[in-house]
Amino acid sequence: MNVPDDLLYTESHEWIKREGDNIRVGITDHAQAELTDVVFVEVPKKDRQVNAKEAIAVVESVKAASDIYAPVKGTVVDANQELSSNPALVNTDPFGKGWLFVLKIDNADDLKSLKDAAAYKQQIG
Amino acid sequence: MSEEKKTPLYHEHVKLGAKIIPFGGWLMPVHYTSIVDEHRAVRANVGMFDISHMGQFVVSGSGARAWLNTMLTNNIDKLEVGQGQYTFLLNERGGIIDDLIAYRIGEEKFLLVVNAARVDEDFDWLDRHRAKEDVDLANRSADFGGVAIQGPNVAKMFDAELPPRNHIVDLTIDGMPVSIARTGYTGEDGVEVFFRAQDAAKFWNLILQRGAKACGLGARDTLRLEMCYPLNGSDLSPERNPIEAGLGFFVDLTKENFTGRDVLSNAKQNGTKQKLIAFRMDGKGPPPRPHYGVFVNDARVGEVTSGTLSPSLNYGIGMAYIDAPHAKIGTKIDIEIRGQKFPAVIEKKPLYKKKT
Repeated sequence: MNVPDDLLYTESHEWIKREGDNIRVGITDHAQAELTDVVFVEVPKKDRQVNAKEAIAVVESVKAASDIYAPVKGTVVDANQELSSNPALVNTDPFGKGWLFVLKIDNADDLKSLKDAAAYKQQIG
Repeated sequence: MSEEKKTPLYHEHVKLGAKIIPFGGWLMPVHYTSIVDEHRAVRANVGMFDISHMGQFVVSGSGARAWLNTMLTNNIDKLEVGQGQYTFLLNERGGIIDDLIAYRIGEEKFLLVVNAARVDEDFDWLDRHRAKEDVDLANRSADFGGVAIQGPNVAKMFDAELPPRNHIVDLTIDGMPVSIARTGYTGEDGVEVFFRAQDAAKFWNLILQRGAKACGLGARDTLRLEMCYPLNGSDLSPERNPIEAGLGFFVDLTKENFTGRDVLSNAKQNGTKQKLIAFRMDGKGPPPRPHYGVFVNDARVGEVTSGTLSPSLNYGIGMAYIDAPHAKIGTKIDIEIRGQKFPAVIEKKPLYKKKT
């Protein structure tokens, strides 16, 4: 399973990429492999204020709907609209074109609570 | 540790890298590669499912036929030896305890194939109502493994000729005694094969070598839902009767006496409050799921019992119990998903029709 070293992770299988004051968020390769066949993605609206661990997106496989959580407190500044016509990008390119949303974070210190690649690898065994 | 049971094919699933989930008290494969791949293999070629978790009862004795006909809704007098039928086991209120297939395997000998999660309940119910002096009832579930082999190319998996639809035969394949029934839960041509538990891995691998794709419960669910075959526990329950589920075809009201008969007769004559309908989503949106609300003109009229994205049709499909006055083909309904309403339309069953 691919777990890039330069990303941060949550226990709920989101990945986080730091981009200045913003973070880009998606679901991990492990998560997409567990879900298989993503058929629908609902992303949050721009300018929405979100709290850490708030469910703000939904990824649906054939079998079930899974909530995706904001990793930290912030404001939605971008969301991947391409997923409405091509939800399978979450499967084929989870760390790239399958990204879900970008948050402007309130406090960079909040990122300290997230897992690094080694800790996430350990979690998924 | 988990208390779920493992089928005799459990280690084969693990070897193939299946994702395993608990289902009806068993550890079962939900998929090996992907639900969509497995679904398509069954529609286009042939797929194989482990159904070892399903229960098998043998009913025999001089009173077996007459007694069983008072326990089940369909008419087993219509079965010749070697033939089976879909039928229901009901409680006194006409509610569905289980849906099952009853095969007549001798003049006064029957094989019942029941749902995994209902084995104990069915057995207790039947045993409690049994005429003990002239009916024997044996739970043989632990003795057998089973697979469903389904798809247009199923006949290519066997050297021997397959029995006609809904019939069951005993054969020997590679030295293994098996019972093969021409039936299934996918809408494709197919068989369900039962074998001794110790032969399970050998039989499974033989059919894989012949080109079948291993398929999990995920594809089993999407395939059956495209055909609007009900799933007990979702679309059927002890609070629902076969008439409101639209399955009156499998109820023989000309039989004078069977459990639940009066309720069903009344339901058929006077109608039911709700009906199980099939629907498809109209336009883009999330797939429907169980328990989503169904609305007509902003009034809640029912609830989804099964829903998915149909891999064959590529849109959301489902079944729902809704108030009978609205249960007409072509009626526009709304499905409430996460607080938002999405349009859908009531469709004729089955939702998927095979191209011929």
